[in-house]
Amino acid sequence: MSFVTFFVLAALAVGSAAGLLLRRNPIHGALFLVVNLGTIAALFLTLRAEFLAAVQVIVYAGAIAVLFVFAIMVLIPGKEETGPDPLRGQRLLSVPVVGVFLALVAVVVGSATLSGGPKPPVAGGADAVGRVLFTDYLFPFEVTSVLLLAAIVGVMALTKRKA
Amino acid sequence: MVPESYYVALSAVLFSMGVLGVLIRRNPLVIFMSIELMLNAANLALVAFGQRHGTTEGQALVFFVMCVAAAEVAVGLAIIVAIFRQRRRLSVDELSTLRG
Repeated sequence: MSFVTFFVLAALAVGSAAGLLLRRNPIHGALFLVVNLGTIAALFLTLRAEFLAAVQVIVYAGAIAVLFVFAIMVLIPGKEETGPDPLRGQRLLSVPVVGVFLALVAVVVGSATLSGGPKPPVAGGADAVGRVLFTDYLFPFEVTSVLLLAAIVGVMALTKRKA
Repeated sequence: MVPESYYVALSAVLFSMGVLGVLIRRNPLVIFMSIELMLNAANLALVAFGQRHGTTEGQALVFFVMCVAAAEVAVGLAIIVAIFRQRRRLSVDELSTLRG
């Protein structure tokens, strides 16, 4: 049963990623990205990371996807990928290069042996993740607030119209 | 229980597709979405490895990756909007002003 779930979710994830790569229209790409992020959230659930699955849906499929769709609506792109391609050779070359990269990763992952036997999966609810975040990783957790503040200020500075 | 290596393999495939998207697409918005794809693939591998080792620390790391991704998308889209205001075009191949 869990294998069936995994393979269905994996097929959905790879299919939606392929849709993102192949469709010309960026709004289709954004919708494929939402599907992909949702399947990743479901894969988190199968790994018993319930908190991350919820955060994934809220932050990625909610906020970031809305941001992308909003940017697409503001900019109305779509004519970038028509016309002659100035870097056609490099783009064609990138496909075999990525194939080699994937083969290298497959060799490394296939030959690696993880030490020790598989451990029983740990629960990834909000209590377990919160305990780690607020004890061992308290300082990095606080630093993320500075990072987000810097991002907010930076976005305001970048998009402000000169009066 | 599905072995963790399956998740790592799926993560590798998704990451490669993200790399391919960055390399072959010309629209900066789609390139950004491909970067999100790569970040998510890395997150999946982190959670799988964390479960393999029986700790929640991998999930804490994923939490930080999500924070950085949110900040990165906000700043990146602001930069794209600023470029679009100046040039009225959105192809990454035309943005070669910094070339020496």
